[in-house]
Amino acid sequence: MTNVKFNRSLYWFAVLTAVATFLLLAAGGMVTSREAGMSVPDWPNSYGYNMFSFPPSKWIGGIFYEHTHRLWASTVGFLTTILAAWLLWKDPRKWMKRLGVAAFLLVIAQGVLGGLRVVLKMDNLGTVHGVVGQTFFVLMCSLALFTSKFWLRISEQPKVNVPGTLRTLVLATTFLIFCQLILGSTMRGQHAGLSINTFPSAYGKVWPDTSPDAIQMYNAQRVEITNVNPITAFQVILQMVHRIVALLIFIFVTICAIRAWRQLGKSDALTKLALCWFALIDVQICLGAATIWTNKAADVATAHVLVGALSLVTGALWCIIAFGRSVRAPETQNEAFGAFGTFAGNK
Amino acid sequence: MITLKGTPPAEVEITPLENDPTCGALHTTPPTTHFYVVGKNGEFADVIVSLKDADGKDITGKSTGANAAPIVLDQKGCLYEPQILAAQTGQKVIVKNSDPCIHNVHSTSKAGNTEHNDVQISGGPDLTYTFDKPEMFMKFQCDVHPWMFAWVTLFDSPYFAVSGQDGKFVIKNVPPGKYTVVATHRKLGNQTQVIDVPDSGATANFTFEAK
Repeated sequence: MTNVKFNRSLYWFAVLTAVATFLLLAAGGMVTSREAGMSVPDWPNSYGYNMFSFPPSKWIGGIFYEHTHRLWASTVGFLTTILAAWLLWKDPRKWMKRLGVAAFLLVIAQGVLGGLRVVLKMDNLGTVHGVVGQTFFVLMCSLALFTSKFWLRISEQPKVNVPGTLRTLVLATTFLIFCQLILGSTMRGQHAGLSINTFPSAYGKVWPDTSPDAIQMYNAQRVEITNVNPITAFQVILQMVHRIVALLIFIFVTICAIRAWRQLGKSDALTKLALCWFALIDVQICLGAATIWTNKAADVATAHVLVGALSLVTGALWCIIAFGRSVRAPETQNEAFGAFGTFAGNK
Repeated sequence: MITLKGTPPAEVEITPLENDPTCGALHTTPPTTHFYVVGKNGEFADVIVSLKDADGKDITGKSTGANAAPIVLDQKGCLYEPQILAAQTGQKVIVKNSDPCIHNVHSTSKAGNTEHNDVQISGGPDLTYTFDKPEMFMKFQCDVHPWMFAWVTLFDSPYFAVSGQDGKFVIKNVPPGKYTVVATHRKLGNQTQVIDVPDSGATANFTFEAK
């Protein structure tokens, strides 16, 4: 048996890395919202300079957003490397060591992906870069959770069953949010602005006309300053699907919060987390509407991305905590993997 | 002659340009978008007019671009000038930077032309490109200043023109015969006419409607 003791420094370092990752998502979101992703044409250099010696006097216009994103990404890469090494060195849990290595590999892959998006000039890679960024944020928040006193306390407490149906519902909803983030990232990767510029109606209708004549009329009426690619029927339908999935997520999260309240009690940590989740989704829907009403203002659109990331993380952490409580968390390395297997089986 | 009927959407001020300390200082009046360039009597500029064969098929393999004079795209006041251009495949497209600041020249193609993203510093040498595939409205943009756009249309023949501010266009050296004339505006789409072109030349008029 290996007792896992709370390591305050490691925990706060993991929290710091997760916060830095969140800020990196903000920086990346601003790059896309400001259409600045290709403003520094080379990589890993910046305008021929070593990235770290690129003079601030040259950080003008879109360069400011792209270059600060690269610098902040390097910082997160550095923090992640230290965290991974720390976990390998100090954390007795084998699965935590592996998660640390996974985080290290993922941050490297994410950096290369961002670089290739610039060098290969591929918009689709930008979309993948956005999704991997969100996934990495979930991983970093999970590491912060696993190193916390809260998680270790759960491990020491007797098993408290969280109903399987509730866990499945939250897991499915979290997966739906992840799909929604892929949709959102795809929409942003089109660089076409708002394919539907009205809300709650869609060009005055419940379901917009997507005939060629209608699409041409929408394009004729658009007067864009940035994001000038013409919209297509596919993009209009994509936004409608995004709206429908948003509604489904709102319904599912509401049900999750109600069921958590009823089945776990209002003072349970998972109930409180579910209520936070509900609040986040409400804010997220408002931000989605505001994104349209402000004609995709960069700060509003970026806030929409960030609250989306927080919504995903909240659902993911809820599932992890529910698992940790439902299956007595192991203190030995082998049991830990067994426990994860049990969780998968319970789905 | 190309004319526009109706009232197009109002152009908008390019506020990010105005708010940029370097670029904003280059303008004495608020810069605006130029999607619909229309004269007092409806003369409609920036319409691409081209010839297809009588059956409406593209004229291919007739490019004289390699020997044609280059077309010039300038960056002036942190805007592209002009914003609508046309060239032949193989014809040089020269990009200048007349601004006191850096730009990146980023061309994106949907027809398989090579995508470029090059740095052009203030006072730096011109950039020269050629493209080998016909394409409607291939986009040039500057990502440093994300309001800067130009569209270059490429043809595999010399039979095209861009309407001027007087709404007029001239396609020179057209062999006599029957052709389909296509007028295309980036926002309002296509119109076509089939005409006979005698030795003495011919005229075609198009009227677009803003809905």
